[in-house]
Amino acid sequence: MQSQATYNYKVVRQFAIMTVVWGIVGMLVGVIVAAQLVWPELSVHEWLSYGRLRPLHTNAVIFAFGGCALFATSYYIVQRTCHTPLFAPGLAAFTFWGWQLIIVLAAVTLPLGFTSGKEYAELEWPIDLLIAVVWVSYAIVFFGTIVKRKVSHIYVANWFLGAFILTVALLHIVNSAAIPVSLTKSYSAYAGVQDAMVQWWYGHNAVGFFLTAGFLGMMYYFVPKQADRPVYSYRLSVVHFWALIFTYMWAGPHHLHYTALPDWTQSLGMLFSLILLAPSWGGMINGIMTLSGAWHKLRTDPILKFLITSLSFYGMSTFEGPMMSVKTVNALSHYTDWTVGHVHSGALGWVAMISIGSIYFLLPRLYGKAEMYSVKLINTHFWVATIGVVLYIASMWIAGVMQGLMWRATNADGTLTYSFVESVKASYPFWTIRLVGGALFLVGMLIMFYNMVKTIAGQKAYNAPVVAPAAAHA
Amino acid sequence: MADFVSGFWNVYVMGLVALSLLFCVVVLVANMTKRPEKVEVQGHVWDETLQEYNNPLPRWWLYLFWATLIFSVVYLAIFPGFGTTNQHRGQIAQYEAEVARADQLYGPIFARFQEQDLLAVAADPEANAMGQRMFLTYCAQCHGSAGTGAKGFPNLTDSAWNWGGEPETIKTTILHGRIGVMTPFGSILSGEEIKDVANYVRSLSGLANDSLRAQRGKELFDQQCVVCHQADGTGNTLLGAPDLTDSAWLYGSSEATIIETITNGRQNQMPAFADFLGEAKVHILAAYVISLSKGQ
Repeated sequence: MQSQATYNYKVVRQFAIMTVVWGIVGMLVGVIVAAQLVWPELSVHEWLSYGRLRPLHTNAVIFAFGGCALFATSYYIVQRTCHTPLFAPGLAAFTFWGWQLIIVLAAVTLPLGFTSGKEYAELEWPIDLLIAVVWVSYAIVFFGTIVKRKVSHIYVANWFLGAFILTVALLHIVNSAAIPVSLTKSYSAYAGVQDAMVQWWYGHNAVGFFLTAGFLGMMYYFVPKQADRPVYSYRLSVVHFWALIFTYMWAGPHHLHYTALPDWTQSLGMLFSLILLAPSWGGMINGIMTLSGAWHKLRTDPILKFLITSLSFYGMSTFEGPMMSVKTVNALSHYTDWTVGHVHSGALGWVAMISIGSIYFLLPRLYGKAEMYSVKLINTHFWVATIGVVLYIASMWIAGVMQGLMWRATNADGTLTYSFVESVKASYPFWTIRLVGGALFLVGMLIMFYNMVKTIAGQKAYNAPVVAPAAAHA
Repeated sequence: MADFVSGFWNVYVMGLVALSLLFCVVVLVANMTKRPEKVEVQGHVWDETLQEYNNPLPRWWLYLFWATLIFSVVYLAIFPGFGTTNQHRGQIAQYEAEVARADQLYGPIFARFQEQDLLAVAADPEANAMGQRMFLTYCAQCHGSAGTGAKGFPNLTDSAWNWGGEPETIKTTILHGRIGVMTPFGSILSGEEIKDVANYVRSLSGLANDSLRAQRGKELFDQQCVVCHQADGTGNTLLGAPDLTDSAWLYGSSEATIIETITNGRQNQMPAFADFLGEAKVHILAAYVISLSKGQ
């Protein structure tokens, strides 16, 4: 029997719509900074200068676009796989408005130049405090819902989402510890190389837990749902879950190879990054193999195309990452555009594509419809986005390897063959291709926005009734 | 060099590393199951349709995992990483070995010119090309690719030399660096007085000025500034005090800029390259800089 109670879709709807909106904003800022690299004269005002817009871009795409996607999907997944409405709906509403306020504050303070100077954690301390409060509320809603679940077993997606929520809280609080000197300025609680190490412990685990574990949680729900196939291997999910969350914690020092960081720390960062390869691929295998027996669906279902392509990019960038963390490879790749390409094969190929696929799955269901206004447009979006990603990462690979080789080339007398500015000049064609790739990805998001508006227009908000657990299971 | 403040942390790190690797090994060993005849779905169902198979771990994936673990153990046996072991194979030793090899290989190429007179080296096309390449690597950041300088960074192509333009003096500047200091007068002179001095300073090189102010400024200049800049304003290369009568301005010649310079003073530093590059390379670099200003 189905009860009268309904799932709380309101907060899911809010976050899902804002995912698309912030995706457009964040990627637009990305396209602007990419254009500024090609035409530096576009840096017209200090507020719109490259140095201030770049952190705005990263914050907007990671925390506004990626964050809203994670909030939307995790609230949807945890309710439906626990067969109960969200715990503390008032607090859930607070997380929505609080998160939007944080994003707006970031969009104002970063261009104005207020920054703590820590990469991916630039926001100043009052906003950091607000993030901590919203995040703890998020944890209460999520774990509260898990506690009141109507099924005995916790579905695999929720392990990943739970690990993501817990770890991000830990990372944010430890890394943001600072001594305020005014409302808009603070200094890190750590000094020198310790500060750098804490920063990259945070930075790489933001990749590991925000951008990997969180989105794997998304994957473990939407891939089997959309493919209508059972997950490939429960055992693999257990093994790769524990191996992944255990080894990621060590990987941060690979951002600080050949620096003042002690040798032993660098080596451990490199080795655990290598060990991370198999646990990372565990998620890819489990996702892609879930499709075995249903491969034909890829031909007709563009949502599944997004999901499976995202897993391919995930597999590619989690292979590339361990290789780049090897010290001898890093000596070539570090500080070049190769790093930028690597990040974007993960950010656009994996994070954005799985989010886009999942949001396309969600939107019609949140308005009581069977599918999006136009499935054809989803397909168009898929191809525009895929071509965009490929142009982006291929140009950055070439530019990065070229820069690395130019910087280390020497003449017969041991002097450097190229000055730095010559490597900048040689990079222009590739920066132009990257701009085109990024712009294509943004165009894809605009197509999605149109499709979303058309899907929602005239539709009433819908809250599905709570589904009773399967009989054998209650 | 000890990385740890006490022996405890060494043991702590070794313990954690060993436990972590062991954890992965245990997880793998516990999951080396054989493929069953038929793979069934697990008993659980979530959200109407979500179910799980329990396929064994793919073999190739397991071997990949094992390979990375074995590589790590071997690496730790050879390189630093397991507590304080193998510190002698760290990045400092690696750097020193590479520098020693480079010195051996390239040292003679540079040493060849060291015995020659600077002006002779400046006229040597081969040395000049080497000097330019080094200039683009070590000097262009401040002095520009063409050596024409920027605000606060001297133009090397003109004939103005704050510390002296003799060949050996230029080499000394590169070898040992220079620290230039203009004393701030903001707490000694009033705003009006500083403006007067600024007008006098502008008059020294024939720039437009308020003659009444310049007249008053001269009196103040004679009291406050002549110690370094000399009575005629031509400066003193021993102190790095600029010649105020020429057309070269390190920070700019506008009245506002000169007022800023007098009020707040200036601090400027040319870094020393003796330890970093060694005298043989600096010799060629100095000759290149000489050729830059000779070209004018």
